[in-house]
Parts: sequence; C-alpha cells; structure tokens
Amino acid sequence: MSNVLNRRAVVAQETRRTRRGRSLMVVQVAGELLITLGVIAVLFVAWQLWWTNVEADAAQESAVKQFVQQHQAPIPDAAAAPAPAAPVDPANVPVASAPAHGAAIGVIYIPRFGETYSRPIIEGTSRDVIDTLGLGRYAGTAMPGAVGNFVMAGHRQTHGAVLDNIHTLVPGDKIYVQTADGFYTYVFRNQEIVLPDRTDVIAPVPTQPGVAPDQRLLTLTSCNPRFGSEERIIAYSVFDSWQPLSAGPPAAIAQQLAALQGKA
Amino acid sequence: MYLWIFRHLPGPLWVRILLSAGLLAGAVFLLFDVVFPWLADVTNLTDVTVG
Repeated sequence: MSNVLNRRAVVAQETRRTRRGRSLMVVQVAGELLITLGVIAVLFVAWQLWWTNVEADAAQESAVKQFVQQHQAPIPDAAAAPAPAAPVDPANVPVASAPAHGAAIGVIYIPRFGETYSRPIIEGTSRDVIDTLGLGRYAGTAMPGAVGNFVMAGHRQTHGAVLDNIHTLVPGDKIYVQTADGFYTYVFRNQEIVLPDRTDVIAPVPTQPGVAPDQRLLTLTSCNPRFGSEERIIAYSVFDSWQPLSAGPPAAIAQQLAALQGKA
Repeated sequence: MYLWIFRHLPGPLWVRILLSAGLLAGAVFLLFDVVFPWLADVTNLTDVTVG
C-alpha cells in the first residue's frame, strides 16, 4: 500500500519536473529568438548606414576611373597661365543621345562637396542604378547641355551618400559635368524642399509642366531630411559654359581629374 | 537553442568553436547579401526620386 503511494508520488514529481523543464525550455528559446531579432535589427542599421556606403563607394570610384580613363582629357600645365575660356556659342553645345539603362553618361564634380568629390552619372533611376552607381538620370529628361531640365537622383544617406551635402550648396557654386564630348559647367541657383509626389520638379521648366523650356538646367533630387524620406530636396543649377575634352578640364577640377586619370 | 546547436556540432571544443564562428559568418553574409537588400526594397526607407 505504502509502496503504491510512494510510486505515485514519484511519478507525479517526475511529471512536474519535465513540465517545468519544458516550459523553461520554451522561455529560453523565445528569449534567444528575441535577442536574435534585436541583434538583426542592429545589424540592419549597420548594413544600411555603413556597409551600403562601403559597397557603393567602391563601385562608384571604379566607375568614375573607368570613364575618365576611357575619355582622356589633356591636363594643362599647372605652371602655365590658364587659357582664357573661349566664349561659348550656345547653339554649338553638343548634346549626346541618351544611352541604354545602366550605362554611364559621365562624371559629375561638385567642389562644394569636397576637393575630391566626383561621382558617376548613370542612365536610369531604378534601385539597381542609384543603390550602387550613384547619380541616376531620370529617363526622358534632358541630356547634359540640352535646353530643358537634366535631372538626376542620388542618395542623401546610405549607398554612397552621393548627395549627403546637397543642403550646403550656395548660389553661385559650380557644378561640372564631364561627358564623352567635354565639360559642361553649371552654376547652382536655388533649392527647395517638396513632397515626394511633386513630379513637376523634373519638368523641362521645373514646377511648370507643359511650358516650353528656353533654359538649360541641371536638377538634383535627393531625400529629405538627411536620415528620412518624407520629403525630397531639389537643387537647381543653370548652364554656364562648355568646353570640349580636347581643351582640357576647367581649372577648378584639373588637379582632381589628373589624379583620376592616373597622371598626378 | 544555441546551446543545443553547439552541443550537436561534431568534433572537439576548438572545432566546434570554429564551426560556430563559420555558421555566424554565414548567417551575417546571408543577411547582408539577401535579406537586408530585400527589406530595404520593400520598405522605401531610402527613396530619393520624385513620383
């Protein structure tokens, strides 16, 4: 009799123990999964803010080098007096035809963003272009030098952060675009912050869709605020001058281009 | 869970430590190369174009 009672007590105790063990295990696994989720969230931030820049910077640097080395421009002797810029006949500014999606159009230089700032300009604004190669031209907008609006998009943060400093542009800042034909100089005019659905900013005459353009504009679009995408920051520049590749680069970017071409 | 995986890895302790490091590296690579780009794509956290 007492034996049976004892056995029952032992069995009950064992069941209790395994039940407790099982619920402990569930809590432990759930806890580990939650910690894992937390670590993954931190990793995602690290990937977004750091790794995408590492990848994109490398891809963009090699794209810039490839372009400038394929389209060599003579670098003027630093000691020699800079050649006076020939007056540009606006009718003679060459305008290339749009390349295929993902192909290089040229290189942009913005001294305001740093002495060594150069980024590739690629056709298209889909993620495969702007996530790795930098500035993407909106298909259907004007090409460099053309009358109308030459519009590009680039990341403010992450993926190379190509337009991180877009808010630091000051009216009068020069923006240089090098293509297979030559160097186009634009002068920054103004910027505005709009909502993401304002497609009229890429119209030939920005904010006035349907109006025929008579100016040559260069427009940059990026996200705003710097770490968000609730708005878009738009920077407008106006065409200033053009010189062929054979005339060499504008003096402001000569040193930088020499380094990129591998002659410094 | 992780303890269970560690216990079921073959070999002596140092082999299991190496294997764990390898598994961890593989998981991070998978996240960086596949999961995070996909996540960025579906969330629109970094859109820069108008329209």
